[in-house]
Amino acid sequence: MAIRERLSGNEAISYAIKQVNPDVMPAFPITPSTEIPQYVANYIANGEMDTEFIPVESEHSSMSATIGAQAAGARSLTATSSCGLALMWEELYVAASNRLPLALCLVNRALSGPININCDHSDSMGARDTGFIQIYAENNQEVYDNFVQAYRIAEHKDVMLPIMICQDGFITSHAVENIELLEDDKVKNFVGEYNPENYLLNADQPMAMGPYAVSNYYMETKMAQNTAMNNAKQVILDIGKEFGEMSGREYGFFEEYRLEDADYAMVMIGSAAGATKDAIDKLREQGMKVGLLKLRVFRPFPDEEIANALKNCKVVAIMDRSECFRGKGGPLGAEIKAALYDYAKDVKAFNLVYGLGGRDFTVEEAERIYNDLAAYDKDGTAFEEYRYVGLRG
Amino acid sequence: MSYNFKAEMNKPERLAPGHRMCAGCGGTITVRAVLRALHEGDKAVIGNATGCLEVSTFMYPYTAYEDSYIHNAFENAGATMSGVETAYNILKKKGKIDDTYKFITFGGDGGTYDIGFQSLSGAMERNHDMVYVCYDNGAYMNTGIQRSSATPMYADTTTTPVGTESNGKMQNRKDLAAIIAAHDVPYVGQSTLLGNFKDLHTKAEKAIYTPGAAFLNVMAPCPRGWRYPTEDIMEICKLGVETCYWPLFEVEHGKWILNYEPKKKLPIEDFLRPQGRFKHLFKKGNEHLIEQFQAEVDRRWEELQFRCSKY
Repeated sequence: MAIRERLSGNEAISYAIKQVNPDVMPAFPITPSTEIPQYVANYIANGEMDTEFIPVESEHSSMSATIGAQAAGARSLTATSSCGLALMWEELYVAASNRLPLALCLVNRALSGPININCDHSDSMGARDTGFIQIYAENNQEVYDNFVQAYRIAEHKDVMLPIMICQDGFITSHAVENIELLEDDKVKNFVGEYNPENYLLNADQPMAMGPYAVSNYYMETKMAQNTAMNNAKQVILDIGKEFGEMSGREYGFFEEYRLEDADYAMVMIGSAAGATKDAIDKLREQGMKVGLLKLRVFRPFPDEEIANALKNCKVVAIMDRSECFRGKGGPLGAEIKAALYDYAKDVKAFNLVYGLGGRDFTVEEAERIYNDLAAYDKDGTAFEEYRYVGLRG
Repeated sequence: MSYNFKAEMNKPERLAPGHRMCAGCGGTITVRAVLRALHEGDKAVIGNATGCLEVSTFMYPYTAYEDSYIHNAFENAGATMSGVETAYNILKKKGKIDDTYKFITFGGDGGTYDIGFQSLSGAMERNHDMVYVCYDNGAYMNTGIQRSSATPMYADTTTTPVGTESNGKMQNRKDLAAIIAAHDVPYVGQSTLLGNFKDLHTKAEKAIYTPGAAFLNVMAPCPRGWRYPTEDIMEICKLGVETCYWPLFEVEHGKWILNYEPKKKLPIEDFLRPQGRFKHLFKKGNEHLIEQFQAEVDRRWEELQFRCSKY
């Protein structure tokens, strides 16, 4: 029987970490992810898990030590947020190119400056090209479920890539909600043992990791990473299905909420989907055909699948919770518009930026956006190609 | 067991020939000497900060290391090895590994004194059972002889060039061995390439087999950066010691030990003169610069003698 609990997102992922019981966790505190290493350290202190915790002196070192531990043959992970992720930037690429299936629990927070401790996606979006798999969550349940699936995806022999399990800072990480936890043995059996093929501490076959690769070799390593990332798509679907069979909660690349017959849709990542779903229910009662595509997997990017899911919509608002300063939109907007160009040219899409540095995204805001999309469609009311929503009046 | 140079030199090399380091490089001599101190049968994971050593000994698809090896980046050799060592502990505890492994990381002075200083400090403070070996050639040689905080005062480097308004580097070198000793680690040793290598061998063995974190600072001259004839490396190292520019000492569990006191301390000119990077000091009118250099060597030597005399 599943266990019913009330946990925050940080508690939920820490509980999943305890159940998976990885070998090594180096970490350095940063708001709002600090609680994760705290909970893990407490579990260890009380003999509830036997992971080795390394209290490193910075995030650069936490990812460096995680890489060292994983390379040595240990299932490893770390946790961070915002500037902590930025400090380990260089190392994210190293982890991916070394094909180390380590896990990173990211609690999304705005990057400085100005310094801000609240949620947006600028940290992980900035890391979108590092070679990490990126999986996002709307709430504590999804964070928990995603972490339980993480190593199965990352360690799959056709993948062998590091994985980032993301949740929204404070909104998800600190808000306590109901959750259904799996039994320890179920998680243990689902995740299984880590038995790497090549690792530093393999007495039968020493290995060297982290070479200097000149132009004759470098490019093939990138191609191999890209192939692995493409392979991850099927693996993510397979694991999501298998997880569903065990838990009753199946996962794919994204969730479609009342999208099938929607004229007007939003696309977004993370916790704001909650408010948006409320708005959709209200507007549907008024007869408006509105829906949502909540993206779960951003790397690998399921471009064709997203375009197919949106192809019958008239107008779409792509919601970015980070800025990339290209002047015309955010990263999600750029990638989804590219997908629509390839697979669904007739869908009109606008790009909106919201929620930076923890700015609230409300049900009313979501309703307003749907109404504006409808007004543009029906009356030709002007809609800016790129719009900030929720700005101070 | 007494030290037998011939027996040591007949051990199988753990850094295989065929790598791309310069002839007469102090770095490779250091690596071979340190790895000879590993007991036969013991396995090792070798770490490496980015630098000459790394790009020349592990150029894909060839590695010069007989042991497992990991290079991660420039500034994180300490943190990376702390992860490897921790993985060993837990995997051993879980019964997944039987063999005995030792963990030895090499970095140049750039990766150790400067960009990797924080990572090194963290790894030392956490007292991982590992050895960090700095092969100190006193500048960023891999990128073309730029100054580091290990560069001695008045050295001519490409970022402290000697010119009409410049006498080279303006600052004294950082005393890293003392700084690591202040971390209260079980073992710190300062050595260089001397005679039958007994000093370095003994220190490497102590560093490797003392439980906990250990640090070795090894003066490893770079013929290109220091501008002396390649074959003179052993003479240069000897002069470094005989002038007390590079004293041999250890700090064992907090106890400072002076390993060698020259019968007749040589003037610092003897160390500086053979090196092209100090050529300008011997121009007429620059005598005071050498005097200053000598005064700093004397001050540090006296301080070291004082520290060692307390025990």
